[in-house]
Amino acid sequence: MEGDAELQDLYREVLLDYFRSTTRKGKLDPADVRAHGINPVCGDEIEITAQRADGKIAKLRYAGHGCVISQASAAMMGEALEGKTEEQVRSLVKAFKTMMLENAAVSSLPEELEPLSALEGVRKFPLRVKCATLAWNTIAQGLDAAVAGKGA
Amino acid sequence: MSRLNTTKIRADFPILKRLIRGKPLVYLDNAATTQKPRQVIESLVDFYSNHNANVHRGVHSLSEEATNMVEASRAKVAAFIGAPKPESVIFTRNATESINLVAHAWGRKFLRAGDEILLTEMEHHSNIVPWQLLARDKGVILKFVPVEPDGTLDLAKFRALLSPKTKLASFMAISNALGTVNPVAEMIRLAKAAGATVLVDACQWAPHRKLDVKSWGADFVVFSAHKMLGPTGIGVLWGREELLEAMDPFLGGGDMIALTTLESSTWNQLPYKFEAGTPNIADAVAFGPALDYLNALGLDAIREHEERLAAATVKLLEAEPSVSVLGPKDPAQRSSVVSFNIAGLHPHDVGTTFELEGVAVRVGQHCCQPLMRKLQCGGSVRASFYLYNDESDVEALSRALRRTQEFFKIGTTGAKAGVH
Repeated sequence: MEGDAELQDLYREVLLDYFRSTTRKGKLDPADVRAHGINPVCGDEIEITAQRADGKIAKLRYAGHGCVISQASAAMMGEALEGKTEEQVRSLVKAFKTMMLENAAVSSLPEELEPLSALEGVRKFPLRVKCATLAWNTIAQGLDAAVAGKGA
Repeated sequence: MSRLNTTKIRADFPILKRLIRGKPLVYLDNAATTQKPRQVIESLVDFYSNHNANVHRGVHSLSEEATNMVEASRAKVAAFIGAPKPESVIFTRNATESINLVAHAWGRKFLRAGDEILLTEMEHHSNIVPWQLLARDKGVILKFVPVEPDGTLDLAKFRALLSPKTKLASFMAISNALGTVNPVAEMIRLAKAAGATVLVDACQWAPHRKLDVKSWGADFVVFSAHKMLGPTGIGVLWGREELLEAMDPFLGGGDMIALTTLESSTWNQLPYKFEAGTPNIADAVAFGPALDYLNALGLDAIREHEERLAAATVKLLEAEPSVSVLGPKDPAQRSSVVSFNIAGLHPHDVGTTFELEGVAVRVGQHCCQPLMRKLQCGGSVRASFYLYNDESDVEALSRALRRTQEFFKIGTTGAKAGVH
């Protein structure tokens, strides 16, 4: 892919590596957090399952079919969120979405989200931003649902 | 060689001069909507500059002019589809609204619990969801003709699903997602013989092929102006006059009544019974020059031209081992829509790399999720051609494909490595 700087800016090598990675692909059963997300633009679906331990997200897996952007974003998200408390997870989701949706400087990303800076090129393709945020919105919904379920 | 002079035609479409990310626009998303010639754009400007008024109301000059201009467009639509009377041509917002109109005004009045509606698995959501809503409210039963793996319909299966319970058969003439040309005349004949009312979604047919509602013999035909050079916001419902007369109104309000008291109303004559409120006057007027444009070139020449480009595209795609073209193999069963996938690549990633070559294609599920589920593909890349496309657009698509394959290291010699 030498020479195609325009495409390399969007599809950075690290994204393709995460896209190919199977480390966090799959479903957890049982799971403490379970969420299903749909990107209405393309109909892509993602299912996120997570297990808690000691008040933290111990394991996170994602399943579904999607583009390089959405799958790489989910893989990087899984890596970043494992070992984090729910409060930290929410704060990281917010930081990532601020970077993608509000064009916040990549340098303002928390250290744990450093690999996600590879998605900065996606911001030049506004229709693709939803691909990048799908997994993040889905885990946030899953956490909300888990909280609501406990309260009931 | 083509009978169309695309150099001259392209000069009529201002948007084709646009650059997309520094490259000339290669517009291959015509099945979604077509671009507009200056004749249509100028018609909108002329209407608002010189003739704007509400229709069917005033006695002043402008109202009369506006009314006459809308009715002239209606007459052109009627002539374009071989409708015996302009009054049976109803202007709606789009084909989706046309189908919803039939579901409400005909379906709710004439269908009973247990009645069956026969659809196909390849339908656009617009020809599924209105019937699902009706089924939920009225207890009618939806049946679906299965789609074959090659994206065609098996007439024997269609026939087998027709029964005395089938009160409506509703199907597309040409698939927007795959480009399959259905045996529409035969399907209409079989459904009518079974005693069903027939609705044909002609959205992908009307812009490309001669449509004659008389020889088809269907009861309702719907299509959208914006897919045939016309403005957005105008759809057409053609219906058999006696059915339109028997139906209830769809929306209530001004213009659709004959007489209103505080207790009740009587309905205006056709087509106004179905055109409540101030209609989309300017866009209806501007649909006229779009039809003039198509008539001047001739649908046969248009179809020959675009199907030649589509066939060249299918040929170059099929030469790539990593590319699979969806839909029927037989060119006679194909329209100017080419739907394909590159092994190991999601359609969205293909769409974005194509975009960097200025090539606008549709990616995803094309509002046909049940069809895509049936064909077990998460979606596809769709290139669809129209009268202003030419060989340079096919070359651009080929260039974009090469660039995509090289970047993602997709083999061109049989290796389906992809990015998986």
